[in-house]
Amino acid sequence: MKRTFLPALAGAALALSASFAGAATLDTVKQKGFLQCGVNTGLPGFGNPNEKGEWTGFDVDYCRAIASAVFGDPTKVKFTPLDAKERFTALQSGEVDVLIRNTTWTMSRDTSLGLKFAGVNYYDGQGFMVKKSLGVKSVNELSGASICVQSGTDTELNLADYFKSHNMQYNPVVFEKVSEANSAYDSGRCDAYTTDQSGLYATRLQLQKPDDTIVLPEIISKEPLGPVVRQGDDVWFNVVKWTHYALLDAEELGVTQQNADQMKSSDNPDIKRLLGVQGNFGQGIGLSNDWAYKIVKGVGNYGELFEKDLGQSSPLKIQRGENALWNKGGLQYGMPIL
Amino acid sequence: MSDLQAQTDLFFVRRELATQEAPPAMTVGPAAWVKRNLFSTPGNSILTIIGIALIVLIVPPIINWAFINAVWTGTDRTACIAEGSGACWAFVKAEFAQFIYGRYPDAERWRVNVMFALLLLGLVPMSIPSAPFKRLNVLYLFIVFPVVSYYLLTGGFGLSVVETPLWGGLMLTVVVSYVGIVFSLPAGILLALGRRSAMPAVRFVCTAFIEIVRGIPLITVLFMSSVMLPLFLPQGVNFDKLLRALIGVALFASVYMAETVRGGMQAVPKGQYEGAKAVGLSYWPMMRLIILPQALKLVIPGIVGIFIALFKDTSLVYIIGLFDLLGIVRTNFADPNWASPETPATGLVFAAAVYWVFCFAMSRYSQYVERRLNTGRKR
Amino acid sequence: MTIQATSPSAPRVERPARSSFLNDPDKRGYIIQAVLLVLVVAFIWWLGHNTAQNLQRLHIASGFGFLNERAGFNIGQSLIPYSGDRSYGYALLVGIINTIEVAILGIVIATIVGVLVGVGRLSSNWLIRQLATVYVELFRNIPPLLVIFFWYFGVLAVLPNPRDAINLGLGFSLSNRGLFTPKPIFEHGALYVGIAILVGIVAAWALSRWATARQMRTGQQFPSFWAGLAVIVVLGAASFAATGAPLHFDIPVKTRFNLNGGSQLGPELVSLLLALAIYTASFIAEIVRAGILSVSHGQTEAAYSLGLKVGPTMRKIILPQALRVVIPPLTSEYLNLMKNTSLAVAIGFADLVAVGGSILNQTGQSVEVVLIWMLVYLGLSLIMAVLMNWYNRKMALVER
Repeated sequence: MKRTFLPALAGAALALSASFAGAATLDTVKQKGFLQCGVNTGLPGFGNPNEKGEWTGFDVDYCRAIASAVFGDPTKVKFTPLDAKERFTALQSGEVDVLIRNTTWTMSRDTSLGLKFAGVNYYDGQGFMVKKSLGVKSVNELSGASICVQSGTDTELNLADYFKSHNMQYNPVVFEKVSEANSAYDSGRCDAYTTDQSGLYATRLQLQKPDDTIVLPEIISKEPLGPVVRQGDDVWFNVVKWTHYALLDAEELGVTQQNADQMKSSDNPDIKRLLGVQGNFGQGIGLSNDWAYKIVKGVGNYGELFEKDLGQSSPLKIQRGENALWNKGGLQYGMPIL
Repeated sequence: MSDLQAQTDLFFVRRELATQEAPPAMTVGPAAWVKRNLFSTPGNSILTIIGIALIVLIVPPIINWAFINAVWTGTDRTACIAEGSGACWAFVKAEFAQFIYGRYPDAERWRVNVMFALLLLGLVPMSIPSAPFKRLNVLYLFIVFPVVSYYLLTGGFGLSVVETPLWGGLMLTVVVSYVGIVFSLPAGILLALGRRSAMPAVRFVCTAFIEIVRGIPLITVLFMSSVMLPLFLPQGVNFDKLLRALIGVALFASVYMAETVRGGMQAVPKGQYEGAKAVGLSYWPMMRLIILPQALKLVIPGIVGIFIALFKDTSLVYIIGLFDLLGIVRTNFADPNWASPETPATGLVFAAAVYWVFCFAMSRYSQYVERRLNTGRKR
Repeated sequence: MTIQATSPSAPRVERPARSSFLNDPDKRGYIIQAVLLVLVVAFIWWLGHNTAQNLQRLHIASGFGFLNERAGFNIGQSLIPYSGDRSYGYALLVGIINTIEVAILGIVIATIVGVLVGVGRLSSNWLIRQLATVYVELFRNIPPLLVIFFWYFGVLAVLPNPRDAINLGLGFSLSNRGLFTPKPIFEHGALYVGIAILVGIVAAWALSRWATARQMRTGQQFPSFWAGLAVIVVLGAASFAATGAPLHFDIPVKTRFNLNGGSQLGPELVSLLLALAIYTASFIAEIVRAGILSVSHGQTEAAYSLGLKVGPTMRKIILPQALRVVIPPLTSEYLNLMKNTSLAVAIGFADLVAVGGSILNQTGQSVEVVLIWMLVYLGLSLIMAVLMNWYNRKMALVER
């Protein structure tokens, strides 16, 4: 029976585009010649197409970093915008090779959905923003408020839990899409808007009058965001995980996109190993030995990406905070390449 | 002669025509028209007054908003944000190209234009009843044009590849509805034949399929094709997001088409079936040569009705994350460059106008065909 | 329909008729059917097999057990008490009830507007005719989703916030949180009023039966409608007074964020209802118009010549006959409206699809949720089709 339908369906599938998600994602990615990366449909700072339709943002640059590691070319990546509902199916079914879409690492996702988180590229927490005119200074004053939230996210659950445990009432206004929730908050449908705090800063920029809205100081949950891959493919998991660490190590060692070439002749053995001058670390993850050099050369190090997409050179102006390196008071800790 | 003379000389016979009296003041002229059509009875007068009140209440604010207070020029939202300003047409002007082409690369947009031109080239002669070569025309619209457009839009043969996530705007709306139509017509005819088949198993399968799909909303069909299709397929086979939406739309349209075609087949007199059989035609020739040509002719208005419904329904693909005309307007009014209280309404009114023009034109065409074929119910 | 089975192929000279197994239409029919069934079954099996394999490979649990788990999320609009501690199954029930609520309200509004506009299209008043035509041509050619967006984002954006709500008087107020209305609070004794009104309705019904029977017998008319109405009103008012007016209104009051108390019609519900009702009404109007036109003009003339006035002619002669033509297409419009309630998902109204979507996201049980969607909609469609068919049969022409 399969013979009757398979060719027909597969033919149709190949007609527009097809990707094969076997066990060995790395091989298929190499064979395809590009990385298929699942990103946000439109969250400034993380994954957002600009006016020319080019993808920009921190998560998007992570995709480019992986592409650089595999191909030595940050442009060999294709982006699939995914909303909250589609994202896991898209990864599970092999539609995308890696999902980097400000996705929170939770136990159920890590264990029962067939997914595996490869690291935390952004430590976040759920926050609230409100109109200044309401005079609200704290989340605990929000009892009775209408709150806009995106459906199907852990944000929705955290919100319910927080208000319940603090014996407060609220009126949820739930949306499928971020843009809808944004518009509703902007048009005054809700008193407050809740999402990951980084998302709040990004959303605030899209409001008609950003200055009329303040982000409340409280964080009501831990939201470790990171890249996700399918379970059961350790090689690919390692590629994504170590791309993340290489970005961190590069920042820690002071290797930037600009000085990467000079740094190759550095005397520091850590830098030599990172840039593939010494050792065969690349082979261990199925890549060339200068994989980390290609990443830094292609997109820069973690600090550079952060600065460009989220930090002071971006409209978002987010502080490093927990996302500073471990030796600068943050939580980002790149495992040593040794 | 004398008789005649005598007659004409009779003094009581009037020699010239009486001058015409003016008709009663209230039976001709504008006043009479007004009386007859607006104030014939007290009830009618009240209705007229209510009607005028409605017009006064609705029309001036709309004109004020859309024209008098509207902002026609500007480079960003500051132009539209002023207190009391009306429609922000500057926004539509600035984003017009996006509304038509989506994020299709600038340099490649001529390909979309060529597609539109090719479509018109097929549609115009098709819709003029007296134009020749109908058979070739159908062939062009259902086979040549889709194939050519496919390569034109996606790339190949020396054209650079354009990814489907970049497609959007009116172009995507046209693509989705056209594919729905091209697929649903043959599929719908097959399903209709199946539902009227003498073979119980065939009838059962077709009826079940038609009734199930007709009973559920398009959104669930689209969700199913966007979220569940990957799970239905063997590991590794994957569909493009657009293709998945197309499959959903096509399935949905074909069952409605099937019901329309079935209606046409039922309207073909029984004598036609019997006559066809009497001259020895077997099933397929009978259907192809006798029944379907008559049935399809009868249901042309119905088919156009489905086209109209499909054209409007394509707006739902926005919900599964494709940016058709409505979707792209919707995303653009969240653009911080243009966000203002009037931007959403302006964008939506523009989109509504585009949908309206297309649908209204199609419905007028269907009425024209109906009159021409005289298939409409006569009083 | 026995086209295939009974059509004998014309005798052909070249080959003996039905010599081959495949040329026998009966046998060929069986083969075709068998092949089709096998194909369909195999296709379904193939899909099921793939799904099962994929789910297993991805370690996704399947089955409907998740319906008993704690939902955890809140729902803004619910007709039955709901909190995040309830189960997923209960949350779905909330969604189903919301879907039914919108469908029923939408059908009622669309029918009223549709009939008015449809009759208006045939009015002798030129202005009304033009207005009705503009309404129909305007709204049936615009996608309902766009109209929903227009109400929700276009109009909502210019409404004031609850602090500066537009006061419509009598405790009604309009703001970007929707329409607030006073909420009737029934006290002890209200039950008796209800019972009295119920008794009144039964009495009015009996009265109208009696009046009809008498008219059939003697030809004498009796104003049963007004009499019945009087019975209901008098009984209701008397019991209301007797039990000491057991009703007061809870009028919404402004609080820090919102208006508290009263009933709230959220903007989501209002936008959805308005859009669906306006859209569907434009189709119903055309159906009603066609229905009225289908009644021969001679009927009207005959009624007039019998001395019936315009109103009774419409009510007793035209509409009952028009209804027969109207009901079948009206049924499909009602079904469309019911299915279109799923557009709620675009503006965050908690209908079946929106709640199901939330659950789908939380649990990843996409197959089960989509199955539930399909079953519920099919069930609702079936119920509505059965009801309308029953009504249709009741209204069908009884030949005497």
